[in-house]
Amino acid sequence: MATATYVEEQRSTDKTALITGSEAIAVACKLADVDVITAYPIRPYDTVMQYICKLVANGEMDCEYIVAEGEHSQFEIVKHASACGARVFCGSSGVGWMYAMEALTVTPALRIPMVAMVGNRALDDPGAFGVEHNDALTVRDLGWQLVWVDSAQEALDTALIAYRVSEDRRIFLPCAISCDGAFLTHSQALVKVPSQEKVNEFLPRYNRADLLLHPDNPITVAPQGNEDWVMEIRRQNYAAMERSSLVLKEAYADFERIFGRSYGNPFFEEYETEDADIVLMGMGTLSTPVKVAIRQMRKAGKRVGFVRMRWFRPFAAAELAKSLGRFKAVGVIDRDYSFGSPYMSGVLTTEVRSALYSAPGSKPPVLGFIAGLGGREVTVPDVEKVANSVYEAADGKSQPLTQWIGLRE
Amino acid sequence: MGRLYAIEVIYRGIFQKQLATRITRSIVLAAHEEGKLGISFGRYGDSPERNGIPAKGFAIVADDQLTLEEGMAKYEPKEVDVTIAVDDTLCKGVESWAWYGLQPVNKLLKPGGTLLVTSREQPETILQMAHRKETPYNLAILKGTVSFSGLWVYKDDHTDVRILGAIAKILPGLFTLKSVQKTIVDQWNDSVKAESAARAYERISSVAVRPDQGNPETPYKFNFPKWHEMGEGIAIPSIPAGKAIEDPTTHESGGFRPDRNPTFKKYTTRTMRPVVNFDTCIKCTLCWLQCPDSCFDVTPEGLYDANMQACCGCGVCEAVCPVKDCVTMVNETAFEDNASQWEAWRKDKKGYEAWLADKIKSRPERSHGFRYRGQYEEQVPEMLEVARKG
Repeated sequence: MATATYVEEQRSTDKTALITGSEAIAVACKLADVDVITAYPIRPYDTVMQYICKLVANGEMDCEYIVAEGEHSQFEIVKHASACGARVFCGSSGVGWMYAMEALTVTPALRIPMVAMVGNRALDDPGAFGVEHNDALTVRDLGWQLVWVDSAQEALDTALIAYRVSEDRRIFLPCAISCDGAFLTHSQALVKVPSQEKVNEFLPRYNRADLLLHPDNPITVAPQGNEDWVMEIRRQNYAAMERSSLVLKEAYADFERIFGRSYGNPFFEEYETEDADIVLMGMGTLSTPVKVAIRQMRKAGKRVGFVRMRWFRPFAAAELAKSLGRFKAVGVIDRDYSFGSPYMSGVLTTEVRSALYSAPGSKPPVLGFIAGLGGREVTVPDVEKVANSVYEAADGKSQPLTQWIGLRE
Repeated sequence: MGRLYAIEVIYRGIFQKQLATRITRSIVLAAHEEGKLGISFGRYGDSPERNGIPAKGFAIVADDQLTLEEGMAKYEPKEVDVTIAVDDTLCKGVESWAWYGLQPVNKLLKPGGTLLVTSREQPETILQMAHRKETPYNLAILKGTVSFSGLWVYKDDHTDVRILGAIAKILPGLFTLKSVQKTIVDQWNDSVKAESAARAYERISSVAVRPDQGNPETPYKFNFPKWHEMGEGIAIPSIPAGKAIEDPTTHESGGFRPDRNPTFKKYTTRTMRPVVNFDTCIKCTLCWLQCPDSCFDVTPEGLYDANMQACCGCGVCEAVCPVKDCVTMVNETAFEDNASQWEAWRKDKKGYEAWLADKIKSRPERSHGFRYRGQYEEQVPEMLEVARKG
């Protein structure tokens, strides 16, 4: 492995490696002993396929590695392989993810536990490589489990958890792991790589069970059905997504037991919230400038906290509403847009407002902020500007419901 | 609240789609001549582009807008004043492309409603096919050969206007013959068609059908499972492999009968069926090989028995059979059941020979008018002659 530097640790069978978020996902695929992987290049996802390719070439990993002729085929191939009982991995970015859209819709419909990595990238045009979350969010209504990670370590761990949850017979839904382009996919960090024994204990073999497409289990998959069938089929997927929250909690508890690393609440991370007056929210790697800004603001006596949404689907609405009810105001930073949506806010902001609306108890005002589009840096001063506006709202002063941050104006 | 009228047209996919549309549209337009309002539509779940598949079109008419909305609030009518079957073999039942099981042709008829069939058969034959109904209704037969006028272009045989004239008589509250004729002239500027409508109006008559009259068989049904009873992942069990057949005389097993979907048979697509002369069969396998519906069972002695639970009546077997008069297509109205021809032949060869000759003679196959280009146009004068004689 050319890019990884392994350091043997004395008291652990784990190894520490200096790897990117993409490489961490590739290592997770190796540890999960994935059977079929399809690839088609698009930046920043392509880093994953390159790393897996090296693992295969170096003899460290044994899998079917298929380079498709486009993203649509890429996702179709693994969909079929998964139906035949293979553990699969796939991924894409931006418009590549869009090109696979038809395959992306049928994957949850057929209850395929595909694990995919989305290297978040702005949708074309103007053809920017940088991060925006709109690509992965396009499948938010379809039955995909969606998770955003903010470190290479979390990328590796979450990939293992994703296989465990997706391939649980109670779920059988795909999972997309979103990694911010550049900030996560292209920067190396020290990552604890668990031993194969621990992974084997955590992750059972994929068992397609009654849905296995095999001559010994003659079934027809995806026959045409009309309005007499569609509602019942959708209701089944609704039930599977409903169960996903429970199975996720089980998996995180087991992860902690076996790997000795805890993520606390699986659905969202809370930072400095215990005594906070206001909190900021967001997904992905903007957590770093936000945390740094919070530390600076706290030195100045401002009690600001941060809630980082990890799992966007399933969305832990009740738990989130209960947590947010403690604060005087909430500011949500979206690295996405939803033109024409309620108050023209970003997607996460709209979901947070929706989660609060029907919740019992206190409902803090929620301000939406659109920032960091196309990979633009979200700076510490940007975060302070956001926090100042949220403080104004907490003091009862009128603030715009949606503001653009870091825009030349 | 005013009066609400509902009329359905049951037709065969593609060949009669334009015919059905012309009828339902003209019903609305003729009623509108008298100030009524209406809508015309085809059942969306049907697949009317498929060859021979039974499908439905509807016309809903009301005295006023609010009453019309009462009718429009249902996706399709639950009961109708008149059911029009534009092919008499549809009286055996309707299995649409969607899975509903076999629907009796008269299922939606209101008590006292009228089943209007275009046919050259007598009421007795129609009632051998149409299932029994708990409430009495009327049967009206409009004399005529089956109109397969509407494939891609409409080849006019006056069936559309003759049905409109008949409706004016059957359901006088809906519209008068005068309104029908005005609609015909407005749409097609053809006074001869208007005369055809008048002739049908004068000649149509109906007979009362009692609950004890009709085909006594219980149509096969399909029960929809609840969402949590269904398998997940849009996966369904495959149809199992088939098994050997038992010879009814020797009780020896052999051959092969593929298992078939017990709830989606689609044999009501059939307007004619093959009859097989097993004595002349040379076991060449061509019918078995070419049948698009895999309807041939292989008998223990290697003959091929067209299974009438699966046959859609396409006629490919007759076309590919190299032996003269071995496979012959016969009008579906000649048959009362789906029994195995091979079993009948095994049990009584002489009797079968006589049965076969009678079927072929009494109900020659229907050409459907599309065996070669221009065939339907050649048949139109004969159809018009039947219409004139009534």
